[in-house]
Amino acid sequence: MHDDTSRPGAAGRRTFLPKLGGSGSLGGAGGFSLDRRTLLKGAAAGALVAGAGLSGIRPARASGLTIGIVYVGPRDDYGWNQAHAVAAAALKQVPGVTVIEEENVPETIAVSKSMESMIELDGANLIFATSFGYYDPYMLEMAKKFPDVQFRHAAGLWTDAAPKNAGSYFCYLDQAHYVDGIAAGLASKAGKLGFVAAKPIPTVLLNINSFTLGAKSVNPDAKVQVVFTGEWSMPVREAEATNALIDAGAEVITCHVDSPKVVIETAERRGVMTCGHNASQADLAPKGFLTGAEYKWLTIYKEFADILTTGGTLPNFVRGGYDKDYVQNTAYGAASTDLIRAACEQAKAELRAGKVIYQGPMKDNTGKEVIPAGTEHDAYDVWLEQTSFLVDGVVGSTS
Amino acid sequence: MDPSQVATDLGWWSVPLAMFAGAIRVSTPFLFVSLGECLTEKSGRINLGLEGTLVFGAMTGYAVSYMTGSAWTGVLAAGIAGSLFGMLHAALCSLPKVNDIAVGIALMLFGVGLAFFFGKPFIQPTAPRLPSISLGEWSDISQVRVALEINPLFFIGAALAVAMWWAFRNTRAGLIVRTTGDSAAAARALGVSVLGVRFVATTIGGFMAGVGGSFLSLYYPGSWNEGLSSGQGLMAVALVIFARWNPLLCFVAALLFGAAGALGPALQSIGVSQGYHFFNAAPYVLTLLIMIVSSSKVRALRGAPGELSIVK
Repeated sequence: MHDDTSRPGAAGRRTFLPKLGGSGSLGGAGGFSLDRRTLLKGAAAGALVAGAGLSGIRPARASGLTIGIVYVGPRDDYGWNQAHAVAAAALKQVPGVTVIEEENVPETIAVSKSMESMIELDGANLIFATSFGYYDPYMLEMAKKFPDVQFRHAAGLWTDAAPKNAGSYFCYLDQAHYVDGIAAGLASKAGKLGFVAAKPIPTVLLNINSFTLGAKSVNPDAKVQVVFTGEWSMPVREAEATNALIDAGAEVITCHVDSPKVVIETAERRGVMTCGHNASQADLAPKGFLTGAEYKWLTIYKEFADILTTGGTLPNFVRGGYDKDYVQNTAYGAASTDLIRAACEQAKAELRAGKVIYQGPMKDNTGKEVIPAGTEHDAYDVWLEQTSFLVDGVVGSTS
Repeated sequence: MDPSQVATDLGWWSVPLAMFAGAIRVSTPFLFVSLGECLTEKSGRINLGLEGTLVFGAMTGYAVSYMTGSAWTGVLAAGIAGSLFGMLHAALCSLPKVNDIAVGIALMLFGVGLAFFFGKPFIQPTAPRLPSISLGEWSDISQVRVALEINPLFFIGAALAVAMWWAFRNTRAGLIVRTTGDSAAAARALGVSVLGVRFVATTIGGFMAGVGGSFLSLYYPGSWNEGLSSGQGLMAVALVIFARWNPLLCFVAALLFGAAGALGPALQSIGVSQGYHFFNAAPYVLTLLIMIVSSSKVRALRGAPGELSIVK
């Protein structure tokens, strides 16, 4: 019955999703996005009636590649989802590639239905599931059900036991936080930095540690005060945490929460400098923005699109940092001096060349040695993914 | 950076100061929603939909402020939107055999969903914010100056709490609302339209909740996004029971809640970071403790209006 859904209808439906603008600046007060699936149902029913006399005519599938992207939150959240959406918007410009998106899809059976409708109704050949909880069991089940469709998930969860048409991709954002740390360390006078963090899990701890190591590389006395809010998105508590850090003397604030908008805006209002996270927040802080740690999903998405349009096989497991152009730092804000810019550019060049951030001897903030002298853990070392400590220089604890 | 912004090292003193500042910054939405709910419940009806009204008010306030360029117009629009939700609740509950709690839950989901639907284009833009009144110019300490940047809505809410407390005791309107809430039969005997009084009380309650929402999006934290409320409307409804249906105690409870919410981040910012989950839960722990301490073995809900469906 899905085959009776004619393509003109499908093309019309998609216009309900607001078009994303270019880099960073999205939307504005433009159209609303209706629930896509509801529309599809209605349109499918309409097409069924209209197409009754034409049954037997198969719809012409788009000859190129159709990529479906599912987001857990709004695409314009100044954070995680926006980082993906910016890449999706750029991907739409690639000839022969059609991109379909659905936002605010919860990590429930709803995501299975979204993926299924993208495949059945829109003919998607490649699905990007961008939220952690989409993987097991939803994406795995869909991968078994549709062996001809490729599924990729934005976290490092794929193993050999999972279906071969599934996979993982991830970027080492902590390298960009390291560059942020250099900017913050040089910008502060007393070396007092603040970090608003969601939860003490390895990814977050790694970003805090890399930020701290970056700051200490240019200012050995730098201290990073961390406040855990305990939730991925809790705007009032994030604002309170930012105010508390500034009251305690922090000169630069950065964060790892889903949407850094509140943190950056609150700090800007208090006249304190900021470093971003996930996507570009530069326009939220016209005075105090230094730089920010950003994902560059576009590199991976383009690589995948190229492989599939040329008939190649997608890798199952993809990860990288500055070396593969998978992460980037936001264009420097007004608070970045020439000195800061030069130091950051040098750090980026070193990271591109494979500089290892985690080198022994290294102590955690309780004085315990975590990396002995002579040992190093490069970006691809799984040891880093099990980070459960805060490095020397961080004020805070993981429990 | 502006040298006047450089923070003075306050050490442990920063914790009570942060709690004081947090009480003023965070309490206003709690205050408005709980005062609105207090009025509605005094008339004998529960409106659990105020979480939805709060979120919709936050969205409307932000959207109107962005489109008109005037934050105060946004506040007014949020109030009007809230009163429409209140009217809808009151109208549905005026029908025979309709349960006010069920309608409230439905309206909570409806309000939140509608706010997300219409709010999508307003996540990115920056709208004009409400101004604040600086009362801390006398101080050399930047933290104190920031703590004393107070939004006019806070003072309006405080004045409203006193006015409502006074009006419930001393005015004819207050008496009518209380009578309607305590005994519908008595109110009817007095020739009062029970449904009419409840309609007005729920509408005004919705107005206040809408204004509370606009404070969230237009002042603190000061931007619209979908996680903005995180349950504050529901907590405010609980605060009314906690405050024993007394507007003055609603004010105190809102302040306590704000202060307790600031405790977790403030302790971490001076380096006390063990057990931050516990400190972040302080507002809820506090509520439980006070409820336990103030509960009576003799009478279940002291001060509760007799007509409330949870009491009957």
